[in-house]
Amino acid sequence: MTVTTAAKTPASDVPMLLGNERKWTDYFTFCTDHKVIGIQYLVTAFFFYLVGGSLATVMRTELATPAPDIVTPDVYNGLLTLHGTVMLFLWIVPAGAGLANYLIPLMIGARDMAFPRLNAIAFWMIPPSGLLLIGSFFFEPPTAGWTSYPPLSLTTGMLGEGIWIMSILIGGTASILGGLNFLVTILKMRVPSMSLTDMPLFCWAMIATSLLILISTPVLAGALILLAFDLFAGTAFFNPTGGGNPVVYQHMFWFYSHPAVYIFVLPLFGAISEVVSVHARKPIFGYRAIAYSSIVISFLGLIVWAHHMFTSGTPPWLRMFFMITTMVIAVPTGIKVFGWVATLWRGKIAFTSAMLFAMGFIALFLIGGISGVMLAAVPFDIHVHDTYFVVAHFHYVLFGASVFGVFMAVYHWFPKMTGHMINEFWGRVHFALTFVGMNLTFMPMHELGLMGMNRRIALYDPQFTDLNVLATIGSYIMAVSTIPFLINAAWSWRYGPKAPANPWRALTMEWRTLSPPHIENFEELPVLTTGPYDYGLGYIAEEDPAELYEHAVPAPVAG
Amino acid sequence: MNIPSSIVTLLVGIFVTLASLWYGQNHGLMPVAASAEAELVDGLFNTMMTIGFGLFLLVEGALVVAAVRFRRKEGDMGDGEHLEGNIPLEIVWTAIPAVVVLGISIYSFDIYTRMGGLDLMNHNMAPAEASSSVQVAYAPGEGDMPLMTNAANATAEVPAILVADATAGMGAIPGTAVGSLLSIDVKGLQYAFIFSYPNGIIDGELHIPVSQPVELNLGAQDVLHAFWLPEFRIKQDMIPGQDTRLVFTAIREGTYPVVCAELCGPYHGGMRTQIIVESPEEYQTWVDSRLTAMAAGDRTIANLPKAPADRSELEYLNNFVEPMQLAIAPESLAELQTHHTDYSPADYPHAEHHSLEMGS
Repeated sequence: MTVTTAAKTPASDVPMLLGNERKWTDYFTFCTDHKVIGIQYLVTAFFFYLVGGSLATVMRTELATPAPDIVTPDVYNGLLTLHGTVMLFLWIVPAGAGLANYLIPLMIGARDMAFPRLNAIAFWMIPPSGLLLIGSFFFEPPTAGWTSYPPLSLTTGMLGEGIWIMSILIGGTASILGGLNFLVTILKMRVPSMSLTDMPLFCWAMIATSLLILISTPVLAGALILLAFDLFAGTAFFNPTGGGNPVVYQHMFWFYSHPAVYIFVLPLFGAISEVVSVHARKPIFGYRAIAYSSIVISFLGLIVWAHHMFTSGTPPWLRMFFMITTMVIAVPTGIKVFGWVATLWRGKIAFTSAMLFAMGFIALFLIGGISGVMLAAVPFDIHVHDTYFVVAHFHYVLFGASVFGVFMAVYHWFPKMTGHMINEFWGRVHFALTFVGMNLTFMPMHELGLMGMNRRIALYDPQFTDLNVLATIGSYIMAVSTIPFLINAAWSWRYGPKAPANPWRALTMEWRTLSPPHIENFEELPVLTTGPYDYGLGYIAEEDPAELYEHAVPAPVAG
Repeated sequence: MNIPSSIVTLLVGIFVTLASLWYGQNHGLMPVAASAEAELVDGLFNTMMTIGFGLFLLVEGALVVAAVRFRRKEGDMGDGEHLEGNIPLEIVWTAIPAVVVLGISIYSFDIYTRMGGLDLMNHNMAPAEASSSVQVAYAPGEGDMPLMTNAANATAEVPAILVADATAGMGAIPGTAVGSLLSIDVKGLQYAFIFSYPNGIIDGELHIPVSQPVELNLGAQDVLHAFWLPEFRIKQDMIPGQDTRLVFTAIREGTYPVVCAELCGPYHGGMRTQIIVESPEEYQTWVDSRLTAMAAGDRTIANLPKAPADRSELEYLNNFVEPMQLAIAPESLAELQTHHTDYSPADYPHAEHHSLEMGS
């Protein structure tokens, strides 16, 4: 038995309630419990995923034919701007923050985050930010792309652009508050017996993510405030007609937005390290290599931004410098991928939905990684920059890794979060549809870009029709794939079989408490007896240890 | 059947190597290569495809094999092997990618140099008038003029720093005689490219002779655009207030698309024209015919939308705000035509010089 309790005295006089101690209404309140906030983040983010996905489906429908016939080109630019912004700032970032909020205190044996009230404030900034952005669609959507390059963004309509800036400033602030909270919590609130190298890899990944958020997000805020001045006050920081330099905006924007792709994907790099190990019942291969590579990625991620600007007004030496740093970042990323594959090798792989999504993650991220190294090569990037090849590349990374990673994490931690098991059959159906749809949509885009199709266009050369039709069919399959997930998650949350404390017999600490955990997470301060991945050493975790329930009393039935 | 694992590894290695070598040469993913630069880029791309496809086969293969061989048996509650890592193996898979990306970096650097990417530094041919249509109200360095590099620029309305800074883009392939460059100014505006030839021709399409290095001086009038020639594998943003340039050599006659590759507004997708690569004789014939037409008083810009006789210019131009057509903002086009009617030979001091050169 892996759980030893340090003291037998209950931590508080409040009787421990057995599951269900949260009423559904609690999730609509300003609640400082990290578990409530985590679920608030995840559900809100998923709502925005459906919004961003609908926008994408309309775009793909438009692109089924070369002519701009379904929507006008104006509306199309609004769609692509909102699709990018919603998916990045309102889906992936909050989903990562949600997982981190829910899991970090449980994984390190803390009762809550370091700054619970700040945590709640950070979450409650997300809905206004998102509703503002989506609301803009109905009067004047921003149409300058999620990058919002001036001078175009200064000429496309003050209202839409202003709302876009405001929305991202709010979301960015939330992200900074969250990052600060994660960092302090991980560094300061671990149980005394847990050293940094005893932490689950998810916590390592969140240290790297938080560092990136704290260093780079303020620069984005600076760029957006200057852009707002140009927009509203007629200053000329970036406006060339007043002597400003539009290329400076690109530098500031990408100084955040390249590290941002690591902010999007590092939490899921952490989550997959948990999932492959548990579901293959084998220690993670190369714990230190995977942990330290997160930190290396975090550092290198800060000095690669100008690879988004190889065709902008950048001098040759700058192109060469950023080419080399970008190439080098493939090394720590490769270490992770090889580590995950080696973890599976000679393991005992259970094909749960979580594991299927994890294997899909590795398979797809690999493709995005290979095309990423190609894009780093300046002479090649000059050809494919701003084409569908780039669109294919970043969807393999952002959808293949980040979105597959979020679904993987949801299937893995659903029993812990809700206290109910999720239906595995429909999880596998969800996986199969998503995997097929994803590849059908984004694989043809590589060829489209290489052959000469530029991105962000509502009308295109008819020679590209066939591959675009294929991509559109794929996008419909992806749209359909969310239906089994949506129904499965909602149904299982209410009617799924009761989840034991530790259905996967995992060794990390979040599985050593009730499902769902009671309000203060652990009855007594837990003490570490095994490493997070010590499979194969003879410790076999119990699924539902009886002593967890000793002090628990059933919750009153919610009215 | 019991095949020693070393033989299996060897066979897998041979298969992966052969398959990736074959795929690297036969992917068929690139359009026809119409410039000397394109052949260099394709060589680099084929190499990266070879390495990338090999890596793809290895890792995806390992995943599939693991999924089949190491699946959990029904009712097996035990753990897998306790294997925390393998330091030599980890060093190998850190070192190999490091060497590979270093190799690709060096190869890319070499290709970039051979394409003329580093040639920009010692080359300052950016014409002062190229950015004069951006109304620069505030000139950094005005007053004490420490930044002025060229006395002639001091009289231009563009701050000298912007002109001297035309170091972005691609230069000529090293070894090219600079004097032989055919230099064409390209202006990007919503939603068209306007090409100004040295001898005063202004056209909406790009005509160039084959096998002669061509220099394009790129500028933008309103927002960012990007000048992309997919069959030539070159692209460069056109930036208001900053000149950029591309130098390339066409090696194959034909007609190819010119594409705007930077979001520039709703009709970004319609901002396209074509490049016509001709034999030197055909090119000269085209130049002569345009010069003859201009001498006869034809002041219109060829290959741009024109107003039919029965409608006013503004009425006609409004059509282009509708989807499905190449659209140019009415104000932009009106401005252009004013600009063009102001044409006088004095505006193009290099015209005679260049036509002489081409005649020789």
